[in-house]
Amino acid sequence: MGEFLHQLASGLALGGVYAIMALALVMIYQATHLINFAQGEMAMFSTYFAWKLMDLGEPYWFAFFATVVASFIGGVVIERLIVRPFANAPILASVIVFIGLSLIFNSLAGWLYGFSVTSFDSPFSGRPWFGAGYMSAHESGAVLVTFCVLALVYAFFRFTPLGLAMRAAAQNPVSSRLVGIRVGWMLAIGWGLAAAIGSVAGMMAAPIVYLDPNMMGGVLLYAFAGAVLGGIDNPFGAVFGGIAVGVLGNLIGAYVVGDEVKLSVALAIIIAVLVWRPSGLFGRRLVARV
Amino acid sequence: MAEADGALDALVAIAVGIVALAFPFVASGYHIYQGAQVLILAVALLGLNLLTGFNGQISLGHGAFFAIGGYGAAILMVKFGLPYWAAIPLASVVCFIAGFLFGFPALRFGGLYLALATFALAVATPQILSYKGFDALTGGSQGLTIMKAQPPFGLKLTADQWLYLVCLACAVALYWAARNLVRGRIGRALVAIRDHPIAAETMGINAALYKTTCFGVSALYAGVAGGLSAIAVGFVSPESFGLALSLAFLVGIVVGGLASLGGALFGALFIEFVPNIADQLTVGFGEGAKALPGAIYGLLLILVMAALPTGAAGAARAAARAFASSRQAKVEKGGGADVAANYEGKGESP
Amino acid sequence: MITRRTFLQSSAAAAAFAASAGSARADDAPGITDTEIKIGQTMPYSGPASAYGVIGRAEAAYFKMINEQGGINGRKINFISLDDGYSPPKTVEQTRRLVEDEKVAFIFNSLGTPPNLAIRQYLNDNKVPQLFVATGAATFSDPAHFPWTIGWQPNYQTEAKIFGKHILKTKPDAKIAVLYQNDGFGKDYLMGLKDGLGADHAGMVIKEASYETSEPTVDSQIVTLQGSGADVLLIGATPKFAAQAIRKTFDVGWTPVRYMTDVSQSIATVMKPAGLDKSKGVITGVYGKDPTDARWKDDPGFKEYAAFIGKYMTPHDLIDSNAVYGFGAGATMMQVLKQCGNDLSRANVMKQAASLKDLELPMLLPGIKINTSPDNFSPIRQESLATFNGESWEQFGELYQS
Repeated sequence: MGEFLHQLASGLALGGVYAIMALALVMIYQATHLINFAQGEMAMFSTYFAWKLMDLGEPYWFAFFATVVASFIGGVVIERLIVRPFANAPILASVIVFIGLSLIFNSLAGWLYGFSVTSFDSPFSGRPWFGAGYMSAHESGAVLVTFCVLALVYAFFRFTPLGLAMRAAAQNPVSSRLVGIRVGWMLAIGWGLAAAIGSVAGMMAAPIVYLDPNMMGGVLLYAFAGAVLGGIDNPFGAVFGGIAVGVLGNLIGAYVVGDEVKLSVALAIIIAVLVWRPSGLFGRRLVARV
Repeated sequence: MAEADGALDALVAIAVGIVALAFPFVASGYHIYQGAQVLILAVALLGLNLLTGFNGQISLGHGAFFAIGGYGAAILMVKFGLPYWAAIPLASVVCFIAGFLFGFPALRFGGLYLALATFALAVATPQILSYKGFDALTGGSQGLTIMKAQPPFGLKLTADQWLYLVCLACAVALYWAARNLVRGRIGRALVAIRDHPIAAETMGINAALYKTTCFGVSALYAGVAGGLSAIAVGFVSPESFGLALSLAFLVGIVVGGLASLGGALFGALFIEFVPNIADQLTVGFGEGAKALPGAIYGLLLILVMAALPTGAAGAARAAARAFASSRQAKVEKGGGADVAANYEGKGESP
Repeated sequence: MITRRTFLQSSAAAAAFAASAGSARADDAPGITDTEIKIGQTMPYSGPASAYGVIGRAEAAYFKMINEQGGINGRKINFISLDDGYSPPKTVEQTRRLVEDEKVAFIFNSLGTPPNLAIRQYLNDNKVPQLFVATGAATFSDPAHFPWTIGWQPNYQTEAKIFGKHILKTKPDAKIAVLYQNDGFGKDYLMGLKDGLGADHAGMVIKEASYETSEPTVDSQIVTLQGSGADVLLIGATPKFAAQAIRKTFDVGWTPVRYMTDVSQSIATVMKPAGLDKSKGVITGVYGKDPTDARWKDDPGFKEYAAFIGKYMTPHDLIDSNAVYGFGAGATMMQVLKQCGNDLSRANVMKQAASLKDLELPMLLPGIKINTSPDNFSPIRQESLATFNGESWEQFGELYQS
């Protein structure tokens, strides 16, 4: 029983990180109907930015918020400069551009910061919060942050005029323009928010997986699986999916197929969900009228 | 105009053919080996382009089928003693089946989700290959070492030259097959499915069959390439087939030219030699800059999509046309609509 | 028939022979001229194993230092290190480029088990020395089948065997769990441990868990191993995952005796990220001096290393164990070249590489000597066990020899 609980707990902790990443993916999907393959590398790059700040002596929370803000700006810039020209191009073009972005970020990080593994501080250190050593302080903290981010995102979309405008712009750009919403800037803000959320995911992940330019590859895959499982157009679904993938991955890996094929489990989840329920568990079912 | 195009095509084909045939007899062993690699990559790119360029199904995971071909051929040769000329076709058939089967669930996904699923496939491939349960066949992490293919009938060729000629023969045959496919009814059906799927269905095209078969054929090409690569390198291991390989394929078809079979050669040259060139560049940028080739790839991907959506083949064609008709080639840049216009109905003849 | 080609070739050979009476003939010694020794190498400067690229950088810096000190036997070293991204097909291509295009004299310290496996047959077939491969896989110390390939660092199997013997000595009723990377490196550890325990004690290993390098963490594996009730844990993991394993075992409140591979013994990149207090008690095999250990402050060998770093690398590299590794491998290479004198033919280089006698290096632990012979292709075979006390590695017991 103890082992089961441990697996559950560690799956929960990592699942929290996957969930935050999945939230970022959902953010971009809701705004642009695109899946951002570069999300992982952008998050990694943001985390390095935070690390550099702390290396220069800044305290953690300063670095944290500075990074979130910088990532937001970075996301807006990327959308305006790189994503915008392909707004009306076929999907393949966007996918290719995102792959290009991820290659650039990965190599840049390697060039600027080297490829060695570094440690990254956590704001939640010290004794585990719930005793019994199931989750370290940081892991509990990461799960807490996940839910905070989810709450913020939900509140933003539901209760703020800007959030409403963004939702409108995504669902019906033409009508939104007629009402005076600047659709272009909505997309940019969406990207900025996604980048900011991604940076949080990176900073939560780094103390667990350790910081190096290749740290987000596996995480991104699980985040994809989580977003697909939960429904890529539903923030709650994404969080649920991310956590579920974390927990399921651990349990299936530990008790069913062996820990060394967990990535294949993620692959199987993606394919299974897409085949049987493409909109995910909580996504809106899309019916295309012919 | 069409005749000029046709004549130009023939001229280019002949020139390329002469260079390709003469090459192994004038170049050194290492360069012949590189030439063989280019041909192998070109075959894989042909396959991927059929699927993604002509049929619009985005695959970010073709490295997986390349791996099946490579490992399949290696296992057949090392564990079952088959000669390479039997092992590679057999492994390719397995790839066809695998691709065809993967095509079924792929029907359910939209373009983006297929990209996602194939991306996951590419990331998971090395893990699947090193799965303990397969160790007896795959040699696990030690991989499989394959003997070099020797020229038959005591021909006075080195192993390198023979390998190159085998690759050349395969590349030519597969190119010819793809060309006929694309030019005929099937090719038009594929393009129709890509551009106007609903209309295509109403016209009576069995989209499901065409799409899954296209997946299978594309996987078959990747499998042949993988098998040839196995005997060229002489070694397979899980590390040989990572995500970087699948992404390199994508770069290759984009830079070479989507929906352009001729572009496969250019794309292959690009992904074979650009890392080397980037390596040289880092001499100026310092040791840490050895990571830059990836950034250059990424930058080029974006630039090509923005400025040269039809890739190098399209650019070459446009340049040739402009030259031939001595008209100013209008360079259209920027603006989403213009970029989109470049994509309309591009079922270009190779 | 005397063609133009054979005429030119033979005149060139004659001229070279005449001009270099006493030194190696031009065709015997590719990559060697009167003023230059060309050395080739492949290293992962990009891709998943890129953290090891520091080794190549350190060696480039080391050879630069040698050149500035006058070179060796009047020749400067031209060191060409190419990126292979840890991908065997790329390794083959780059190595062929080095051998056939750049015409290097030999290949030195290329990194990785799959990459070296991929080029081993080619290099042996072409009689090109594959010197001091940067991997501890046991398969590379096989002079009978691969006379041109020689290892350098202690063999993974050997180290695990030492662990096994130590366990038998100190905890004969131990229940052992093993975490290992699912590749040649990790599997060598598993195999070596079972070897060291012996066939009748093999049952002591009650649980094994492996992981892939593309996984984010090994936390789940640690939990699985904890669940087996083992009281000894062998961590056959590379630095990032070793750090995670150490941290997780502490966090879940599991206190097995932890043995760890020497590949991950860097305090800076493993013990510190894991948490210095969480790493207390970890045992590893050591053969080099840890640069962060205050014990070596006044040691002449360490001072030499520190001076090298100060002049040729960045301060950050001082604590990187990869830099220590490169420094040591480079020094070994120097010794071989010195022993070659003026005969730098490939055959002689290989012969000298297999004739190292009691070579001591600045950053090797006192008492550890490098020895090779025609049937011993494992230069470093001694290790001492050390335990981490929260600050540094404390050696205990004697030097183990395999």
